[in-house]
Amino acid sequence: MQIRVKVNGVDYTHDVEPRLLLVHYLRDVLRLTGTHIGCDTSICGACTVQVDGNATKSCTLFAVQADGCEITTVEGLSTNGELHALQEGFKEMHGLQCGFCTPGILMTMDEYLKINPNPTEEEIRHGLKGHLCRCTGYQNIVKSVQYAANKLKKEEVPV
Amino acid sequence: MSTMNGMVGKSVKRVEDKRFVTGKGKYTDDIILPLQTYAYFVRSPYAHARIVNVDTGAAIDMPGVLAIYTGKDVEAINGVPCGWQVNFKNGDTMKEPKHPLLVADKVRHVGDAVAMVVAQTREQAKDAAQMVMVDYEELPVVVNAAEAVKPGAPQVHADVPNNICYDWELGNSKAEVDQAMLEAAHITSLEFVNQRMIANAIEPRSYNAFYDEANEKYTLYTSTQDPHLIRLLMSAFVLGIPEHKVRVIGPDVGGGFGSKGDHYAEEALLTWASQKVGRPIKWTAERSESFVSDAQGRDHVTKAEMGFDKEGKILALRVKTYANQGAYLGTFGPAVPTYLYGTLMQGLYTTPKINVDVTGVFTNTTVVDAYRGAGRPEATYLLERLIDLAALEMGMDPADIRFKNFVPPFDGTNQPGYQTQVALLYDSGNYEGVLRKGLSMLGYDDFRKKQQEATRNGKLLGVGFSTYIEACGLAPSAVAGALGARAGLYEMGQVRVQPTGKVTIYTGTHAHGQGHETTFAQVVADRLGIPMADIEIVHGDSDSMAFGMGTYGSRSLAVGGSAIVKSIDKVIEKGKKIAAHKLEANAGDMEFANGKFTVKGTDKSISFGDVALTAYVPHVYPADLEPGLDFTSFYDPTNFTYPFGCHIAVVEVDKETGKVELKRFIAVDDVGNIINPMIVEGQIHGGVAQGIGQALFEGAEFDSNGQLTNASYMDYCMPRADDLPMFETTNQVTPCPHNPLGAKGAGEAGTIGATPAVVNAVIDALWSGGHKVKDIRMPLTSERVWRAMQASVN
Ligand code: FES
Ligand code: FES
Repeated sequence: MQIRVKVNGVDYTHDVEPRLLLVHYLRDVLRLTGTHIGCDTSICGACTVQVDGNATKSCTLFAVQADGCEITTVEGLSTNGELHALQEGFKEMHGLQCGFCTPGILMTMDEYLKINPNPTEEEIRHGLKGHLCRCTGYQNIVKSVQYAANKLKKEEVPV
Repeated sequence: MSTMNGMVGKSVKRVEDKRFVTGKGKYTDDIILPLQTYAYFVRSPYAHARIVNVDTGAAIDMPGVLAIYTGKDVEAINGVPCGWQVNFKNGDTMKEPKHPLLVADKVRHVGDAVAMVVAQTREQAKDAAQMVMVDYEELPVVVNAAEAVKPGAPQVHADVPNNICYDWELGNSKAEVDQAMLEAAHITSLEFVNQRMIANAIEPRSYNAFYDEANEKYTLYTSTQDPHLIRLLMSAFVLGIPEHKVRVIGPDVGGGFGSKGDHYAEEALLTWASQKVGRPIKWTAERSESFVSDAQGRDHVTKAEMGFDKEGKILALRVKTYANQGAYLGTFGPAVPTYLYGTLMQGLYTTPKINVDVTGVFTNTTVVDAYRGAGRPEATYLLERLIDLAALEMGMDPADIRFKNFVPPFDGTNQPGYQTQVALLYDSGNYEGVLRKGLSMLGYDDFRKKQQEATRNGKLLGVGFSTYIEACGLAPSAVAGALGARAGLYEMGQVRVQPTGKVTIYTGTHAHGQGHETTFAQVVADRLGIPMADIEIVHGDSDSMAFGMGTYGSRSLAVGGSAIVKSIDKVIEKGKKIAAHKLEANAGDMEFANGKFTVKGTDKSISFGDVALTAYVPHVYPADLEPGLDFTSFYDPTNFTYPFGCHIAVVEVDKETGKVELKRFIAVDDVGNIINPMIVEGQIHGGVAQGIGQALFEGAEFDSNGQLTNASYMDYCMPRADDLPMFETTNQVTPCPHNPLGAKGAGEAGTIGATPAVVNAVIDALWSGGHKVKDIRMPLTSERVWRAMQASVN
């Protein structure tokens, strides 16, 4: 089946098997390997990307279901070579160790901070619920998200 | 000796992070080679069954299929070896049945691999695997170690009577311990299970192998913790191909926790088949496969008794453990419940008589091997549960009883190390110190008041302590050899100074989240007086570095870092000669500091960069010196390192439901000198989360048919962000006296200390409400806690 998608701002048209998962499309066809597979059953969140702005576990979707959509992966998070506030936060606050869970968490939290720019610790922990990290114990992930939230607030120019 | 330029001890941000946060990490499954093909495994759905027939006829004709291999095809190849030998008490060697690459005769656990299909695409390989028809004849199954040794139990291996792999003991004689127990005023005894754990690194195991026919060379990309070890085991012990014709690369690895330290059959199979197929072959485990084929951890059934005098001083400890090894021996398998468990039974206490007796047992379950902490969490759990329970039973304070029994402080330099009853010589320690610090962070007196108040209000509040020690920095080769290791456990560190004074470091350790690229660079920056930006740390490629034992047992900094320091010393030594020649001085008069070689007492100096350039452009050069500035060292530690600490958990238990809420978690860890506090803290956090996971959430559940009933992330419950509080962590620093960095290792401390603290806290909470419960089987689910309360209604 033919699909047309826009990924990180670039248009693609591909013929794909109907059973091809979106995550495999991104990784194997587009070679965007920043999106990871941890469980292939929609539980770990490592494969999270944004589909039309919504954080979505890409192992849950077939590539054909994304036909016509705009997709952002972790590779599309930073702009002009500058780290996104979340990426910076994770580096500053040691929010990652092996880094395998990180791209998925970044994509979820990017959406989350747009919905809730002033999250409490508890809210961040709740927002992370769809993700598994086996390395960090989450504490520094929470701090990384707080760092990003603060940075994004400062960047907002008061009108 | 150089002076420090101040990087060591700082929370330098990690240099590796940029690639990870931008999605540019390179994990094995990210690698797609030209003409890539894919493997898929046919695995046994039964825990124990004879293979009557394997029919690949229909599968081989499926689209895209290139080859199918079954157990018969690899019968002539060795199995995957075990790296450690444990002996029976009578001196006999442990039973070591073959662990075949693919099974031909009978499967011994669910997930045992029966056939491998190679096809053009992943989907084609999977489709064809479904068409491989295997006829099984089911056999009776045994999953529990204590059951498996009973007469009449199903036999996992025909040539291993009663499924006993080894029976092993350590410490004082049983008679001595029995005698000491006779004098005890109180004996606390506990029969318990340390449940089976699954490491569950979020990156599944992944391998990609290819054969370069023109150069007759194999390359294997593997998600491993120890590339050189894999190369050695695979080339020399399994496939019998020359080691120099095999290159093993461990690229970025998404967490290991012990389970990626093993040499796995799939690694050897892919490598072997890549030559036959003539194209690269990749395999990445699906999560359901990881659950049944990754080496698992723990799984002990134990009875332990601790005898006390009436003041609460420990007189003796007696331990009997049945350790489940799974269906075959893992690479480190038999070492974990013996050398890494029995040897820790001294704990932090002066217990004068200890006997530990371990029976290693085969069952129809997945292989059991090292899981973060490996043996040491099991030992700590045993000791810390016993001592806390003893305090409750004897009406003593759990902190007091520990203070009474601690080995007094010693620094290992002015005071000698502490010789245990169980073979180890502790290097340095201040055990009271960490407990004191923990108590003050907790606000102990205040806590007990709050607890009484809670009781009055019908609430169950509890505190649990765990004061642990671990043996890390694996390991002095001679000791490891005496303990049955079939390899030395030194480490290699190479310092290659480039002509411009930039430095490339090659280490034989492997990072899979630990941040070596940062920590090691900090050490080098300080010692050479150059900026971190001028240093690159390279790891994980058997063709780039001389050798390496890899990363496990919290060894990388203590052993691998020390090897680098040795090479740095050699660089400086040679640099002094070059500098002296240039400055027309005596090498003996040179000193090196802040990146400069200076003639002592003068202002005549030359920079490190100039010396490097001179070494490679030796126009004006000492006649007796070789050009170049590049040293490789092997560091073999003289002892293990012994990190220790105190973990404290505060919980509230819901009376109605048994639900445990973890209110606070305090960790005071002494890991020796710290290079990067941020990274150490991160290691502790992650370890603590896994330790709490074992106490409250996790555990592999095999049913009596040998089916793992919770073989998915949905069913195997790992802690998520909202299950955990903010941890309160701090450090005490007692330097390691026997390595140049004074570092002890931090990778496993959290997992070792945390579990008993949490369980002790729950038990304490129950006792505060009058439920005199001795034990609840981990994980402490609401149901189990509730049932325990019901069974002990006051
Ligand atoms: S891989 Fe998609 S949620 Fe785990
Ligand atoms: S950093 Fe390793 S899984 Fe999260």
